[in-house]
Amino acid sequence: MNPVNYLYLAALLFTIGAAGVLIRRNAIVIFMCVELMLNACNLAFVTFSRMHGNLDGQIIAFFTMVVAAAEVVVGLAIIVMIFRSRHSASVDDAGLLKL
Amino acid sequence: MENLIGLLVLVPLLGAGVLLCGGRRLDRAGHWIGTLVAALSFVIGAVLFVGLLGRDGDDRELGATVFSWVPVGGFRADVGFQLDQLSMTFVLLITGVGSLIHLYSVGYMAHDERRRRFFGYLNLFLAAMLLLVLADNYLLLYVGWEGVGLASYLLIGFWQHKPSAATAAKKAFLVNRVGDMGLSIAIMLMFTTFGTFAFGPVLESADRAGEGKLTAIGLMLLLAACGKSAQVPLQSWLGDAMEGPTPVSALIHAATMVTAGVYLITRSGAIFDGAPDAQTAVVTVGAVTLLFGAIVGCAKDDIKKALAGSTMSQIGYMILAAGLGPIGYPFAIMHLVTHGFFKAGLFLGAGSVMHGMNDEVDMRRYGGLRRYMPVTFVTFGLGYLAIIGFPGLSGFFSKDKIIEAAFARGGTEGWILGGTALLGAAITAYYMTRVMLLTFFGEKRWQPDAAGELPHPHESPKVMTIPMIVLAVGSVLAGGLFSVNDAFLKWLEPVTGHEEGHSPVTAVQVTAATLVVLFVGVALAWAQYGRRPVPVTAPRGGLLVRIARRDLLQDDINHIVLVRGGEHLTRSLVYVDHTLVDGVVNGTAAGVGGLSGRMRKLQNGFARSYAVSMFGGAAVLVAATLLMRAV
Repeated sequence: MNPVNYLYLAALLFTIGAAGVLIRRNAIVIFMCVELMLNACNLAFVTFSRMHGNLDGQIIAFFTMVVAAAEVVVGLAIIVMIFRSRHSASVDDAGLLKL
Repeated sequence: MENLIGLLVLVPLLGAGVLLCGGRRLDRAGHWIGTLVAALSFVIGAVLFVGLLGRDGDDRELGATVFSWVPVGGFRADVGFQLDQLSMTFVLLITGVGSLIHLYSVGYMAHDERRRRFFGYLNLFLAAMLLLVLADNYLLLYVGWEGVGLASYLLIGFWQHKPSAATAAKKAFLVNRVGDMGLSIAIMLMFTTFGTFAFGPVLESADRAGEGKLTAIGLMLLLAACGKSAQVPLQSWLGDAMEGPTPVSALIHAATMVTAGVYLITRSGAIFDGAPDAQTAVVTVGAVTLLFGAIVGCAKDDIKKALAGSTMSQIGYMILAAGLGPIGYPFAIMHLVTHGFFKAGLFLGAGSVMHGMNDEVDMRRYGGLRRYMPVTFVTFGLGYLAIIGFPGLSGFFSKDKIIEAAFARGGTEGWILGGTALLGAAITAYYMTRVMLLTFFGEKRWQPDAAGELPHPHESPKVMTIPMIVLAVGSVLAGGLFSVNDAFLKWLEPVTGHEEGHSPVTAVQVTAATLVVLFVGVALAWAQYGRRPVPVTAPRGGLLVRIARRDLLQDDINHIVLVRGGEHLTRSLVYVDHTLVDGVVNGTAAGVGGLSGRMRKLQNGFARSYAVSMFGGAAVLVAATLLMRAV
């Protein structure tokens, strides 16, 4: 199978994720979309690794996963705290710091 | 003996301190304390004088450094005194006339509840004036110079409840400030040129400095002299200064302080000798003021203002003589001393007349006073004869010498200066005769005062007449005594130097000419004020008379040139400040404010819009990278 198709898939996933981040209001959904974008990147890295015949892309994919995991830990904690205090996870409501 | 010099300044200073800080409990004896202090300083002065006389002519210079005042690196200013023949002359004049006027003030200010304060100020003046003439460097002289300015300010405004007196005091202070600026600049120039401002080194090395520098220093010293001695163009304060009590006018604004300018120029003789241009400026100022004051003196009906015009004119003579260089220095000082006698006497006489006439100052409301105030009449009359230069009296000797020296300058300049001095002598004779006739002769033109009472002129108490008598004796004898064997000239010569001028006219011719103009002036005044009755209200008069009554427009000129000019200057500066400077500053602020107001709209609080800008930015970056690759 032509590896370029994987790249198309990665681009598609990235676009879906980006669109979700831009369009959705719910912080959980936005968060999931960010994950989707990260995974799209991972897919692209792995594909490039295959196409070039070396391991660089795969190693970076691991790094990305570690970063994503850390991000999930911190991000989810913040979102839960915001939800607890404001009874809403909408990002549009969280504008308190704006002048 | 050196210690006595410091004491001379210290005694009146202590007197002032005691009187001004002593409070009410000194009210009853304050005036006698003040007078005693003045007399004591005169005694010290006399002791020093006798001491100096006991020495050789060239050895009559005493110095005493009291303490080091400002020693900073290469800069050294000492409080040190120098007593030589020139200072000695001034010391005797200041303390002698000063003591007499203190005594006179005891009577004159008898009914003033602030008399103690008045004597405190007088003592302060004595201390400052003595410091001025005894200092051995220009910086300490400057301290005295400012001190007499302060005392003058305090005494002119002594009756500060009168707005006119308060204004006159401020005017005197401000105009003097202009002159003081000149002196301070001159001192700074001296320091940069000579590295010191002690009299000795500066005057000895004066001929080694460039002529340009000497001219600059000389002109600045002249400015200082103009301010203190009321010379054109800084003359406008003297007339108004007559708002002060009459003893003040006699002591400060006739006999001593206003002659400080003459002292300054004579003392700095070596500087002026090396700067002919500055000397020309000095004689010009003197000649102009000589006529200016005389003309103003002719038009004033206020007896004190007429005398003030006369003072200005007589100091003009001294400045003229001082500007002539070594030919003139001794005569400038000689005229200064004789003038100190007769002008102080005239002012005290005027004060005595005012005392008897319910403080009336308008001479048109006097008349016929000679029978009511015989002592005042005789003493004033002797002062009058002395100032117009009646043969044998003081003014005759001193003024004649100045006119002679003016001719001796030589060339056209000499003729112009000599002619001016002669003309001045004629006008002097005219206005003094006018004062004399209006006050003591003619019919009574007395008018009721503000309370509706006709004045009852009476002779003043002894405490006032004795100083007048002593000064009158001085006015008669001083000139003659000074001229016997050229005694005064020989006394001053070691300090000021002297050279005989080459006059195109002989001394006899000058004397004859002086007597002729004297007679013409007196005759004119007699024709105008002696033969005909004098109207009580002044007639409107011709244009010149009206201008002269307004002090030859001095205040108008100052107002138009300086006040209006200053207003225009400040207004245009304010305009520039508002439009240009504030424009740039405010424009920058407004620009930054507007820009940030617009930028703030980007911070709308919606996380998604931030995300859009992030994605947009990333997209632009990627696009740019790709574009660069393609190129």
